[in-house]
Amino acid sequence: MGSTLHRAFCAAVFVFLIAPILVIVPLSFNAEPYFTFTEGMLRLDADAWSLRWYRTVAGDRQWLQAVVNSIVIGIGATVLATTLGVVAALGLADPRMPGRRLAMGLLISPMVTPVIVSAAGMFFFYTSLGLAQTHIGLILAHAALGTPFVVITVTATLSGFDTNLMRASAGLGAGPWVGFRRVQLPIILPGVVSGALFAFATSFDEVVTVLFMGGVEQRTIPRQMWSGVREEISPAILAVATLLILFALFLMGTVEWLRRRGGRPA
Amino acid sequence: MTETRAAVVGSLGERTDESGTPHVEFLGVGKSYDGVTQVVRDLELRVYEGEFLTLLGPSGSGKTTCLMMLAGFEAPTAGRIRIAGRRVDDVPPRRRNIGMVFQNYALFPHMTVGGNLAFPLEVRGVDRANAAQRVRRALELVRLTGFEDRKPGELSGGQQQRVAIARALVFAPNLVLMDEPLGALDRRLREEMQYEIRRIQRTLGVTVVYVTHDQQEAMAMSDRVAVFNQGRIQQVAPPEVLYEEPERGFVATFIGDNNLLQGRIVAARGDVCVVDTGHGIVQAFLVAPLEVGDAVTLAIRPERVALAAEPGLYSNEFEALVDDIAFLGDHLRVRVAVCGSSSFVVKIPNRAGHGGVLEDDRIRIGWTPLDCRALAPDEEGERP
Repeated sequence: MGSTLHRAFCAAVFVFLIAPILVIVPLSFNAEPYFTFTEGMLRLDADAWSLRWYRTVAGDRQWLQAVVNSIVIGIGATVLATTLGVVAALGLADPRMPGRRLAMGLLISPMVTPVIVSAAGMFFFYTSLGLAQTHIGLILAHAALGTPFVVITVTATLSGFDTNLMRASAGLGAGPWVGFRRVQLPIILPGVVSGALFAFATSFDEVVTVLFMGGVEQRTIPRQMWSGVREEISPAILAVATLLILFALFLMGTVEWLRRRGGRPA
Repeated sequence: MTETRAAVVGSLGERTDESGTPHVEFLGVGKSYDGVTQVVRDLELRVYEGEFLTLLGPSGSGKTTCLMMLAGFEAPTAGRIRIAGRRVDDVPPRRRNIGMVFQNYALFPHMTVGGNLAFPLEVRGVDRANAAQRVRRALELVRLTGFEDRKPGELSGGQQQRVAIARALVFAPNLVLMDEPLGALDRRLREEMQYEIRRIQRTLGVTVVYVTHDQQEAMAMSDRVAVFNQGRIQQVAPPEVLYEEPERGFVATFIGDNNLLQGRIVAARGDVCVVDTGHGIVQAFLVAPLEVGDAVTLAIRPERVALAAEPGLYSNEFEALVDDIAFLGDHLRVRVAVCGSSSFVVKIPNRAGHGGVLEDDRIRIGWTPLDCRALAPDEEGERP
């Protein structure tokens, strides 16, 4: 009896969490410009289902521009966040570094600060530097938001790293850079890549700073969806959402695969 | 065989008087991490070319710190270190050209055995064909021919150890450091590897500085042993000399077993002195520069103490009360109370008539003055 209740409760939690996401998928195949299931769809009438909204997205210059922007800004922010995050994690892993806790706290603060606060702050700061409404500005902003993820995953991987390996590498004649590239980086790579994926996902999902800092030229996918909801109410948004869900599943799968391969928590 | 032994003894003899070219010199070296506690103090040590020298001591005695300073991973806070006559304070580890074997091997897990061995050659710009040949020769030396393509994780502990040794030798350094390299192996494998390391060292004629806390390992492998305690060297000597002629109570008890008695010198004539232990007068061999009235520590090896069948055979003879007897196969270990010590140990070899001793017996034991060494007492806190 208790067990049945327990299972029912768990099932209810899952439905509550996942149903709003899953329902988007069939709705995106709607043949009519509605956000609800039509009678034809419920009867599984073939004519009521179509790829119409996917074609709309694929043929729309604004959507394509948004995809390009998302990828350019996402990759730029990821490269920057990964580089900075790895370097920071290496420094923080050295027991001789003074003020490690404070530095760690500052580095991961973007994760706990409300995004609206960061975004507003960045807006005023970047505007004064002339970086608002530029790709560079958004890349910098997203890199700041993504860096904490890299710091955390790389720090976790480094906690299992045998520092004697770096001593061995130096003792065998390798300089610091060769030692890092040939010995340390290959071993901590799973942590670096999963951190990079988190950083990319952060940038890819982000809408608040884009609303503040992005101009017409910097519209990313989430920003385009935002306008879609407010201005045209077209199921094309649902098609994009479905594609984004698939992409997110792919990223999660990659992180999980890396985690198993690395044998360490990502 | 006889010749080899003679050669070994000969070389040991040479080493005792410290002749030859010093390869490594520690000159007044000190190390402190916090500016208060001295991990290593006033270290004076010379390692000669082609020598196998072991730093032996309990954990925390400063031996590993010395090795790390020599490798360049730690910097001395006092004194200087010279390698081949050159001061190395400003030379980073990667430019010291020293082979190093770590306690946990520190093999690169993502590279093959061949990749691990080729690494020091690649960073030195050795061309591919030449490197492959040297890797092959190094693997041959540690008897792992054909293991190039395995990953370290696929090898047993002993094999990983051999790879670590091969990697430390493949770039032909003339100084190799080993930090408790056999600590993780079981006893049989350890003994075999002791022999292997010694064989390789003799074959190549490299200088080896070896760190261990295992006195048997140190005895089995070394030309000379430096015994460390509390950051100071207690004595540096070949194993036989350390065992037969310890200069400090710490060395006497750390190398093999020894019975220690405390007393005061009441008379001295030449090398022999008379010591009052408070529970009997003992004649001893004076090895420290001590005078009448000084406090003294007497060290007597358990196997040099004999059951005295008839009175008057030994100049040191005492009645002792047997407290405990342990049968250990080749010998009996008899614990007795004598001369104010309640834990005096006598080793009786397993041969005819050895079983005549029973617990709670009163027996007569004796030893000669030569087997009883009068040492300067240890400083406070230096007991093992």
